[in-house]
Amino acid sequence: MGRAVAVIGTGQTKHGRRDDLSYPDLVREAVKKVFEDAGITPKDVDGVVYGSMPSMMEGMAYNHFYFADALRVVGKPLLRTETCGSTGQSVAHTAIHWIASGMADVVLAVASEKEHEGDAQATMMTILEPFLMVTIGGAPVAFSLQSREWMGYYHIDDDKAREAASIVSVDSHDGGLKNPLAHIRVKLTKEDVSKAPIITYPVRLYDVCPTSDGACAVIFASEEKAKKICKKPAWVKGIGFRGEEYFIGDSNKAVWQSTIEASKEAYKEAGITNPLKELDVAEVYNPFSYQELMFLECLGLCPPGEAPDYVIKGTFSPGGELPCDPSGGVLCTNPIGAAGLIRVAEAALQVTGKAGEHQVEGAKLALSHAMGGAEQFNGITILGSEL
Amino acid sequence: MAEQKEKPRKVGAMGMVPYEMALGPTWTKFFEGFKEKKILGTKCKKCGRVLVPARPFCPRCFEPMEEWVEVAQEGTIVTWSYVNYTYFGVTPDMIPVIGAIIKLDGVDCGTGMSTQIGGLDIKDFELVTKKVKVGARVKAVWRRKRQGNFRDIDYWKIIE
Repeated sequence: MGRAVAVIGTGQTKHGRRDDLSYPDLVREAVKKVFEDAGITPKDVDGVVYGSMPSMMEGMAYNHFYFADALRVVGKPLLRTETCGSTGQSVAHTAIHWIASGMADVVLAVASEKEHEGDAQATMMTILEPFLMVTIGGAPVAFSLQSREWMGYYHIDDDKAREAASIVSVDSHDGGLKNPLAHIRVKLTKEDVSKAPIITYPVRLYDVCPTSDGACAVIFASEEKAKKICKKPAWVKGIGFRGEEYFIGDSNKAVWQSTIEASKEAYKEAGITNPLKELDVAEVYNPFSYQELMFLECLGLCPPGEAPDYVIKGTFSPGGELPCDPSGGVLCTNPIGAAGLIRVAEAALQVTGKAGEHQVEGAKLALSHAMGGAEQFNGITILGSEL
Repeated sequence: MAEQKEKPRKVGAMGMVPYEMALGPTWTKFFEGFKEKKILGTKCKKCGRVLVPARPFCPRCFEPMEEWVEVAQEGTIVTWSYVNYTYFGVTPDMIPVIGAIIKLDGVDCGTGMSTQIGGLDIKDFELVTKKVKVGARVKAVWRRKRQGNFRDIDYWKIIE
């Protein structure tokens, strides 16, 4: 992949309803924290990468103009990257490529969303053209259709999938309670989740992520700079990203090719042959609890069609073989553009032992992941404590 | 930071932009077919797949798909979802609805997302879970007045 790259600092806002601040102030909150965490100043940064959801969600075209000061980008090169829900992973990958290529040594990556200022679902409706793939039910229905396709393809009965999805939701919300920056912080039982109102069946209320405001900033550095600046960097071990065809009915979405191929690429680069055994923690993008079940399979963490069995026996729960989303995941915090970069930041916190109350004891190798579009894009970044 | 006693002040804003999106010859012909209650697909001469909606080019082979095929109006449900929440542009009287992906007989892909199951009492959730299943057979029900757009197929009816 070129030169070695490390995360040398992370910064996240308090996520939630942040109408106490203007949007540039929100971005500044994350950027201020990342510089404090890395112990460097904007003078040390060679370039900035920024991403968010499309203009309609932001209320203006090209919000990086509005955020120029908050991003500390004045007098520096800027790259903008966006791929819908996977934007945060793409922003991280842009920074990583920039440094790995040798064209920069220190890059600030920032992603944000302020969903309460507009109508996130309205924007999601415009992600597809308006005459062929016209959505019924917006984003939740696209993913519920996929869940049902997966259940049908592997003959997973409703009750078993329901139980596993409820466990995913309960575990994530327990994580959210331990993460002071999480948006939703509430104790749920399996029964609360399985009896919640139907949104897009089989998906119910607590299977769905919230609408959040939040920003995340991560500073990446070359090996030489990382060793000089940072006592304990999180090293980029492998990355992968894949896209899929546009028309949702063209392929079998139960076997999610972009997730499978992106993770294979990342594992190969990281030298991982048995991800379930070798990874210590995973920040899997889980805007819907049923989607996490599918990701567990397509990320190669359990055999196809068996995610419910593995989840029910506790493999991915706290204290299990591979705890997933100890931060609360996207189910507790979903500023969409930032959500993929928050996964990277959380993976960095885990492998450097800085995750606080939601730290997975002794974590050395962490996977972070995000998905975007109508099931179209998947991105992975694997971080480790050792170079 | 001073504690905020009053509700945070906000400024209203709205942007509205009308668009005119070109359909191109393939999708023009596809929707013209709807006016005559025909579902048209195109066939790839390289991989042999028949795709609906018709495509100007094969997404996998990148070859033009110039051979037109009128396809069956019956098929099986690949997946479905019961939509029971309101969102942008949808009022409580417009739900519940059932979205679905249907594989039409002789077609090598599923339909897109504008496919709705109807013809039964959708408000009766128990009835829906009994009748609407992956693998269930369905057929197209057309609107009486068709305008050459995706709304021309009113819904897909379960074949008992």
